[in-house]
Amino acid sequence: MEVIAKRPETLTKTPFTYCPGCLHGVAHRLIAEAIEEAGLINQMAGVAPVGCSVFAYKFFNFDMAQAAHGRAPAVATGMKRARPDMHVFTYQGDGDLAAIGTAEIVHAANRGEKMSVFFVNNAIYGMTGGQMAPTTLPNMKTTTSPYGRNVDDIGYPIRVCELLDTLVAPYYIERVSLLSPADIIKAKKSVSKVIQYNKENRGFTFIEFVSTCPTNWGIDPVKSRDWAKENMLPFFKPGLFRDKGAEEVKS
Amino acid sequence: MPRMTVDPYYCKGCGLCIAACPKKIIRFSEDINAKGYHYAECFKQEDCIACKMCFMTCPDVAIKIEK
Amino acid sequence: MEKILMKGNEAVAEAAMRAGCRLYFAYPITPQSELIEYMAKVMPKVGGTFLQAESEVAAINMVYGAAGSGKRVMTSSSSPGISLKQEGISYIAGAELPAVIVNVQRGGPGLGDIQPSQADYFQATKGGGHGDYRLIVLAPSSVQEFADMASEAFDLADKYRNPVLILADGMLGQMMEPVEFKPIMTQEEIDELGKQHTSWCICPNADGDAKHHHEINSLELDPSVLEKHVLQMYEKYAVIEKNEQRSEIFNVSDDNEVLCVAFGTASRIVKSAINELKKEGKSVGLVRPIRVWPYPYAAVAAAIGPKVKQVYVFELNTGQMLDDVKIAVCGKAPVNFWGKVGGIVFTPAEIQAKLEACF
Repeated sequence: MEVIAKRPETLTKTPFTYCPGCLHGVAHRLIAEAIEEAGLINQMAGVAPVGCSVFAYKFFNFDMAQAAHGRAPAVATGMKRARPDMHVFTYQGDGDLAAIGTAEIVHAANRGEKMSVFFVNNAIYGMTGGQMAPTTLPNMKTTTSPYGRNVDDIGYPIRVCELLDTLVAPYYIERVSLLSPADIIKAKKSVSKVIQYNKENRGFTFIEFVSTCPTNWGIDPVKSRDWAKENMLPFFKPGLFRDKGAEEVKS
Repeated sequence: MPRMTVDPYYCKGCGLCIAACPKKIIRFSEDINAKGYHYAECFKQEDCIACKMCFMTCPDVAIKIEK
Repeated sequence: MEKILMKGNEAVAEAAMRAGCRLYFAYPITPQSELIEYMAKVMPKVGGTFLQAESEVAAINMVYGAAGSGKRVMTSSSSPGISLKQEGISYIAGAELPAVIVNVQRGGPGLGDIQPSQADYFQATKGGGHGDYRLIVLAPSSVQEFADMASEAFDLADKYRNPVLILADGMLGQMMEPVEFKPIMTQEEIDELGKQHTSWCICPNADGDAKHHHEINSLELDPSVLEKHVLQMYEKYAVIEKNEQRSEIFNVSDDNEVLCVAFGTASRIVKSAINELKKEGKSVGLVRPIRVWPYPYAAVAAAIGPKVKQVYVFELNTGQMLDDVKIAVCGKAPVNFWGKVGGIVFTPAEIQAKLEACF
């Protein structure tokens, strides 16, 4: 018998610290598999953020740095500039990337840093216990928006892909869903493409994963995906915003 | 013959694989693992078609598929 | 090698490049702008990285990433910008990374002004950022010394895997003096230096070692493990305190009736006043800490001669190093203080008058 699917070598043996049903693990696997398949395990380095995935440095089986809150794109910039022979990515949540780290992500993208950013959007702060995120949906209740997100007071959720798509430099921008096995298979293709672009030092590549937070949403893992499909996908529409690689092939 | 196995060391009993399985051959074990979860298990390996849907959806990368 | 007339800001940049610095990340701020501008010119010429970051916060985190990759990296700023960098400096210290930071101090607090000041002494020597950590802090008093301290700072940073701060000020940054440089380090020498870090830094896994997994990290949620880490850092700091104190003794003798303590720009002015007093037959000595952390407590204590009636501390702040001098003097003599603030630099005549009043 042949093993056709297993834990990739690019993940350590350490079990994830995420809650049951949290889709961070799926995003981790997709990235780890793509790196393994691209043969980059010995030239890859990642940057872990502050948030639930703060311990990502324990889970990826290659060199990892842990960054201050929101600063992962700056740290990755330093790493890539110091070692152009390495390939780097950041892994960030919505609070880390779209609130405290807004400047760093916009400017890393604007410089066209030769790195990949994997952005996990579940519309809430997980690690600190379910507070409002920059991506929390209108009227959505969190521990710091107990009456629902009032858009007249605190504004609308930020659509990061759309925001970055206004910049000239980014090479690849896509929003994918992790909310069903079919979506995950599709997301895998995108992650593999981005890692391949990274391997070829094409430029700044960005993938947003629409994900869930069963624990802080207070919904079980299976129903969380249904909730996200109904509520998140209409606001955060999956789609390819930019693929300069495909444009180059066409022209 | 295809076969899916869950490593109880990693499984947190979230049930996403159970929902994903088109053959409905995965369930929660009566046993609990070291973390205290009723982990997932396949109770009818002969029906497994190695479609990898359970593997795809497993957030703890606890599943191995053989064919 | 011939001497070149240069501004301190430019000299330290040139010296850093010569010492193998090939990565520089910073954000513009007065009065250090000539430093960032010099780096913008010189780094591309030597195949290095110059990057004007979107903020001081981003710049110090780029330093964290580059230092974590085991390469000589520097940033610079002036007081308000150094405040912004403190979080990153704490992370660099916590992760035990070698990096060099230059502070061309200006008047504070807040936005303050753009004139010379020594008001960041507490920030530099007593922490600045959060957590138990220390910076090695070098305090130049001339353009030559400012330049020399660049390579010294990189060597210390590499040796102890600790961030090193050069605590200059707007006077040293802006003024021109003749300076002589060391030769430019060759690429082979730079590569050789880099090898000392490949056992822990972010780097390619050249030999495909299955166990290769380097972590650059300051997070540890297990209190007992974090305690061990902090205590290990403190063992390192104890070694630094033992081996790395540096100070200059000027006109110190058993005839001294006053002993002055001053660092950086302030010490130059005190020296002029001491020379004038000498002509009047008044004996005043000076201890100038060349490094303000580790602080040369023993050197200050040893310089207190039998006739010293008073120890006098002069600083361009409201008395920050004063605390360290009091610790060093330990009640053996009265400790007096005079300083100027707001970016105003005292004159030799003013210092002379203060000292004459002691006789």
